[in-house]
Amino acid sequence: MVEIAPDPDAAVRGIADGSTVLIGGFGPAGQPYALIDALRRSGAGDLTVVNNNAGNGTTGLAALLATGRVRKIICSFPRQTDSFVFEELYAAGRIELEVAPQGNLAERIRAAGAGIGGFYTPTGAGTMLAEGKETRTIDGRVHVLEHPIRADVALIRAHTADGAGNLVYRKTGRNFGPIMATAARLTIAEVTRTVPVGGLDPEAVVTPGIFVDRVVVTG
Amino acid sequence: MTAEHPDRGPLDRTELARLVARDIPPRSYVNLGIGQPTAVADHLDPARGIVLHTENGMLGMGPQAHGDEVDPDLLNAGKIPVTELPGAAYFDHAQSFAMMRGGHLDVCVLGAFQVAADGTLANWHTGAPDAIPAVGGAMDLAVGAKDVFVMMTLFDKAGAPKLVRGCTYPVTGLQCVSRIYTDLAVFHLTAGRVRVAETYGTTLADLRTRLDVELEPIG
Repeated sequence: MVEIAPDPDAAVRGIADGSTVLIGGFGPAGQPYALIDALRRSGAGDLTVVNNNAGNGTTGLAALLATGRVRKIICSFPRQTDSFVFEELYAAGRIELEVAPQGNLAERIRAAGAGIGGFYTPTGAGTMLAEGKETRTIDGRVHVLEHPIRADVALIRAHTADGAGNLVYRKTGRNFGPIMATAARLTIAEVTRTVPVGGLDPEAVVTPGIFVDRVVVTG
Repeated sequence: MTAEHPDRGPLDRTELARLVARDIPPRSYVNLGIGQPTAVADHLDPARGIVLHTENGMLGMGPQAHGDEVDPDLLNAGKIPVTELPGAAYFDHAQSFAMMRGGHLDVCVLGAFQVAADGTLANWHTGAPDAIPAVGGAMDLAVGAKDVFVMMTLFDKAGAPKLVRGCTYPVTGLQCVSRIYTDLAVFHLTAGRVRVAETYGTTLADLRTRLDVELEPIG
């Protein structure tokens, strides 16, 4: 059953050192900024973070990286004009990087949430990112074996939650939220607003409440 | 016959974008890559019913947003605020990349460092030892779209050809490019053959002396 947490710090309580944390968002859209800040304040360390990027500017994920408490990041696109926090850590050998094609990253998260043990994909076949990976030719095309990314925690942002933890998102803020919600043992959603049970059209629910453990309203 | 235009200069960036837009079939689903390909959108005639896909989770993307239209939850893959057109749809990342891999996207337009005569694409990594690898959706688009169009200059800043016998940069996808639009010529790639459809500021005979690949006139 979903818990409505009073504030972001209460929402992220109990995240252990060494956790793998999925963090939603693509650019500012869908970034759970309040939860990322709360995770940083919690002091949890030795983290593996999964996000599409590796932080921008000095806030949000970049501020978390700057604490030195992220051991490894798994992402598709770490190099951006304002990803200097990550770049300095990477150049100093203080953070491990695993780059995955964006669709493989998404599908590996989806697979984890769906209980799939791995999948063969044509994406990346014949490239540096498939080196050392098992391949199989299916219908005459080389496919690469990719493994699921299972996580301890998912931090996501949605627009509205109801009292049952059902979520709807807003525009391109949806991005990784629905798949990350399914792939972690503990899923925490920050939302703009909540409505009572029955306040969301069941036909419009994007993430059913079974995938959501804690909700916090951050406006 | 190759349509040769030796009596004018090479195409400028706007003319190149217009040429690509001309060749996108009506009513197709299209993804325009970050950078130069984005400019193709400015030249698509709305009457032709082309639907733009952005990999962060939207079909029916409209033009860039300005002023009051800017919504932090509505971004394109380059994280630029955009607008939505009537009939737009939002979806999560797994579904967005399923649209590519599943063969539902008709055309994608990408930039490139190099393209080989067999259609192998290199556009994600220079291979320099100090370069941080960052791939985004490039590999997924390369293997997924039914037609992969490349927009690039035919020669790099040092004068080396970018249409090559074999890529020296790390590859993005094998044998995936179907057309190359450059400032000097348009190439159609089929089963290892390179056919020259149009030239600008040069001739097929001249290109044959400057490129190390077998060039055929288009039939």
